[in-house]
Amino acid sequence: MLDFQTQLLDARDIRFGSIDHEAHPEIESGWTHDAEFMRLMELKPAYPLSAAMVKKQYETVEKKMDEDKNLFYFTIRACTDDHLIGKAMIEWIDWTNSNGWLVLGIGAAEDRRKGYGSQALDMLLRYAFAELSLFRVTAALPEYNEAALALFRKFGFIEETRRREALHREDRRWDLMCYGLLRSEWEAQVSAGGMR
Amino acid sequence: MKDIFRGTLVRLTTESPEALSAAFARWNRDTEFTRLLNDSPQQMWSEKKIKEYIEKDMEKDPPEVYFFQVRTLAEDKLIGFVDLYPIWTHGNAWVGIGLGERDYWGKGCGTDAMRLALHYAFTELNLHRVSLGVFEYNPRAIRSYEKAGFRMEGRQRQALSRNGKRWDFLEMGILRDEWLKLNMKQQPGRDPLI
Repeated sequence: MLDFQTQLLDARDIRFGSIDHEAHPEIESGWTHDAEFMRLMELKPAYPLSAAMVKKQYETVEKKMDEDKNLFYFTIRACTDDHLIGKAMIEWIDWTNSNGWLVLGIGAAEDRRKGYGSQALDMLLRYAFAELSLFRVTAALPEYNEAALALFRKFGFIEETRRREALHREDRRWDLMCYGLLRSEWEAQVSAGGMR
Repeated sequence: MKDIFRGTLVRLTTESPEALSAAFARWNRDTEFTRLLNDSPQQMWSEKKIKEYIEKDMEKDPPEVYFFQVRTLAEDKLIGFVDLYPIWTHGNAWVGIGLGERDYWGKGCGTDAMRLALHYAFTELNLHRVSLGVFEYNPRAIRSYEKAGFRMEGRQRQALSRNGKRWDFLEMGILRDEWLKLNMKQQPGRDPLI
């Protein structure tokens, strides 16, 4: 019997929601002014965005979701007051090879280190494997994003490739890692009662 | 100065969009070629569509992709392509290569073209590293990349699905220092850049 009861978009402290085109641009604009956050999230040069620019990006995101059908984008909200905590997405989904790329970010510093990232990744994996039926997922992570590396390792991800010195920041060269997780590995974790 | 567009077996050129789209339309019918080249199923694009795509790409100034065609020195025959897609901020580039003319497989033409692409990447684009992806079921390409100086950097496990089986996607890379050392050794006492 298929488990229809489990809500795919709700966790203990957070839930996945849609984009709020009125309230969110201002908040995310604030995140883009946080250079540390941007450099953990993005490989392209960090650049602060105005609320209007973020609004436009949101429109592009929803257009891509609609037309390309290879992007699932969620906002992460607090269960208590619904405020925007971060974003989670499965992008560049390659349906032929059944592979998707994960992106996860907790925007405001005060929302970090509260287990929100862990709950979001748990939901994102369930969505990728139980709903999208992907064969595997991948995350590209810079060597210097230690918190993200630890989080993905906790969920059983394996370091699969290491592009040596593929990143140049702060006058230093850093490796760029790809972490991968197969559906069979995720299923084994779930049935062993891990991570849930 | 060295002619950076000329190797020992092949040279790098830019063909007219007409000649190139005609060649690609023909090469794309060879599914062994397209399945070694791409991880997505090949569409049967018309020559017109391919030509438009090439022309759009060539309009970009500066180029987004440094796209070369490969001609043999012996017969002056168009046999394939090699392209570099730089990520300038990080001094990295992705290289792609394909020889559509299968009579020229396994003869060193691909390795020669890749050596020219690397020379271009490190001495003209002045990059720090070059990356590539290759499929587990393409050992001939892997051997060629190793000969050109690439090192294996890992494998995305079972990332490809072909003929109902899963195959790994392998990543290889070469750093500027490694390339310099390799080319010094091949020509002892000579500056490889001259």
